[in-house]
Amino acid sequence: MSAPLVPSLFGSCYILTGAIIWIVDKILYAIGYVIPPLNGPLAALGGWLASPAVLTFLTWFVMVLVMVIWAVLLNLLTMMWVERKVYSRLQDRYGIMISIWSLPLWPFNRRKDKATHRGWGFLQNVADGMKLLQKENIVPAAADSMMFSVAPAWIAGTTLMVFAALPWSSGLSVANLDLGVLFILAAFSLAPLGILIAGWSSNNTSTLVGGMRSAAMLMAYEIPLILAVIALVFTTGSLDPQTLVLQQEQTLVALGPVSIPRWNLFGPQVIGFIVFMVAIVAEMERIPFDLPEADAELVEGWTTELTGMRFGLVFGFKWLRMIAGAALLSILYLGGWSGPVFYTFYLGSVPIPIIPAEAWFMLRIYLLGIFFVLLSWAVPRVRIDQILNIGWKRLIPLALLAILVAAAARVFGYVG
Amino acid sequence: MPEFWINMGPQHPMTHGLWNMKVKVDGETITDAKPEIGYLHRGVEKIAEVREFQKVIVLTDRLCYVSSITWSHAYCLAVEKMMGVEVPERGQYLRVIALELQRIASHLMWLAAYGPDLGLLTVLLWSLRERELFLDLIQLMSGARMNQNYPRIGGVRNDIPENFDAMCKRSIEHFLEKLDTDYEKMLHESKIFHMRTQGVGKISAADAVNWGVTGPNLRACGVNVDIRRLDPYETYEEIDFEPQVWKGPDAGDSYSRFICRFNEMRESCAIILQALEKMPKEGAYRTKPPRRAEGEGYVRTEDSRGEALFYVCGDGDDRPYRVKIRSPIFCTMAATPLMLRGNKLADSVAILGSIDVCVGEIDK
Repeated sequence: MSAPLVPSLFGSCYILTGAIIWIVDKILYAIGYVIPPLNGPLAALGGWLASPAVLTFLTWFVMVLVMVIWAVLLNLLTMMWVERKVYSRLQDRYGIMISIWSLPLWPFNRRKDKATHRGWGFLQNVADGMKLLQKENIVPAAADSMMFSVAPAWIAGTTLMVFAALPWSSGLSVANLDLGVLFILAAFSLAPLGILIAGWSSNNTSTLVGGMRSAAMLMAYEIPLILAVIALVFTTGSLDPQTLVLQQEQTLVALGPVSIPRWNLFGPQVIGFIVFMVAIVAEMERIPFDLPEADAELVEGWTTELTGMRFGLVFGFKWLRMIAGAALLSILYLGGWSGPVFYTFYLGSVPIPIIPAEAWFMLRIYLLGIFFVLLSWAVPRVRIDQILNIGWKRLIPLALLAILVAAAARVFGYVG
Repeated sequence: MPEFWINMGPQHPMTHGLWNMKVKVDGETITDAKPEIGYLHRGVEKIAEVREFQKVIVLTDRLCYVSSITWSHAYCLAVEKMMGVEVPERGQYLRVIALELQRIASHLMWLAAYGPDLGLLTVLLWSLRERELFLDLIQLMSGARMNQNYPRIGGVRNDIPENFDAMCKRSIEHFLEKLDTDYEKMLHESKIFHMRTQGVGKISAADAVNWGVTGPNLRACGVNVDIRRLDPYETYEEIDFEPQVWKGPDAGDSYSRFICRFNEMRESCAIILQALEKMPKEGAYRTKPPRRAEGEGYVRTEDSRGEALFYVCGDGDDRPYRVKIRSPIFCTMAATPLMLRGNKLADSVAILGSIDVCVGEIDK
């Protein structure tokens, strides 16, 4: 089974923080050398910084920073790029084109006077973000300005909170909680409150209807989502992501050299998987279920009055929610980060797997991402009463059936 | 929440143009609706009174930018009736081909707008891709992609280029194949598309007739009305085609309107192919009309959106004394509150998209 590239995020960040503090210590020493009276206090400060308690404390900040950079700066941009490129191909066009070739300072451009658009378009989202940063932040005169400002921060904050407990491999995680899945789902479902606040405080009919839709939809997909997870617990007996993945690494059937792993998808959990899959699309606010920002009838829905980077935050963090949803789906049903490792080479005594667990995990996330992208660009949007019908009349009975089946399977000895 | 009015327009993604649909909502249910038009009024009828007969064609082109030829043609036909000019047979066939090409292009533009209304942006790009085929053909005929200025009083402006029929056949073959593969799978076989369009925006046949709904919107109610059959103009008598009338249950809803329009594109392709075959290979395509005329000309034609009516009155001068235009969507717009009431707010786009609004011809 595959090993993680980062055996322990805390350990790696501890070394990183230690290195940073070592450099800071040297700088303090240099300052003390130039200004002799400060020598004593600065040495004491350096010693205090290097003490294990402070080092551990600072390591936590570095860990959070590393995770935010990893999730938002790398994966969010990549996922946005994947979406915009994939749906453009579906629609028979090139899609985004601004890449490193478009930068004026890029030395390989043949024409120096004019930017070329010949790359893969990865920097388009960065360019869009820069544009949004330059735009004015307008608060409508009739809006409740405090709540209006809080709502985007609330949505961005709760979405980032998901990544506090979401592991990317057995090593790459900020916090390993025993009830990690529960925490992730709880953090996930806080965003609709922000949507309601944003919709209400903007004081605009479109945003108001959008916010109300979000509140009305919440129950329709949140309950089946939780019920599907409850069905899963009957099989796994745990809500710890690490345990879930360990259980799914075991072999279900061995067909000669190929062994099929014991994913939760294969077995009585398949009903729960379908329910979870549909509900998580609603949770991500993607097109069949993106009613709060139905751009045909509600202009931009609850985001209508948001401008500048306020809009950029809530718009961009939709992809972060998509990553989190895909990651959750893969941890719960698709074996998480498990996968074969074909070769391990050693750097000194440190084992480095050629295909690490993180790569298997990201492969699943991006494949699921492409699936969601193709789904949401190939179907129209459902209506508010229809999503309530789907939620209450289809998904909840199905989820209850999933619980029944999982409980029966447990009685007959099916354990994860 | 109490009931409140929402202004869907004049600047709104739903409107496809400059008009305002005020809807009164109780939560999500529409209890009342009020269309407000007039933002795009250019006074075409009045300007036409001070321009010579030929120069009015430029104005009628701009009545609806997605179906210019049908409007200019209706005007030319009315003037020809007033002057008593007979168009040569080849000219008539050329007009039929141009009209049907324009009808397909217009319907594809409608489809391109209807997809995003329902949240399906892929259809927008695909329809515009296929529309290029027909815009290219129209460009071959008339030299322009928009506002073609092609029909003339007494015929058409110019003859078609060589090999036009081969190019036409190739494009139509490709288009029909795309309709059967891409569009059928994306729209007809989509469960969500059915959910969104079936049973919404219903209007009974009696109501539709009383409110003056015409064209594909009326045929979707199960009424077999097609001016090309009822009151044939040009050479439509000699061409064998079937007006697309909805025969199934749930007549008059958005889905039936969608199906009628969609099938009309196929029918138009058949008309073009027949017209290309039956057209005389040689001969004049236009006659010289008199400069001045006196009398009245009245004509109704099947526009892409319904029954277009032109009344032209001349008093012996070289310019019309009065021009009256009846645009189909202007009348259909009056019936929209009937369709909207009782539906959900999200249905307003599914309904107003399906009747194919064109603000240029509403406001004139």
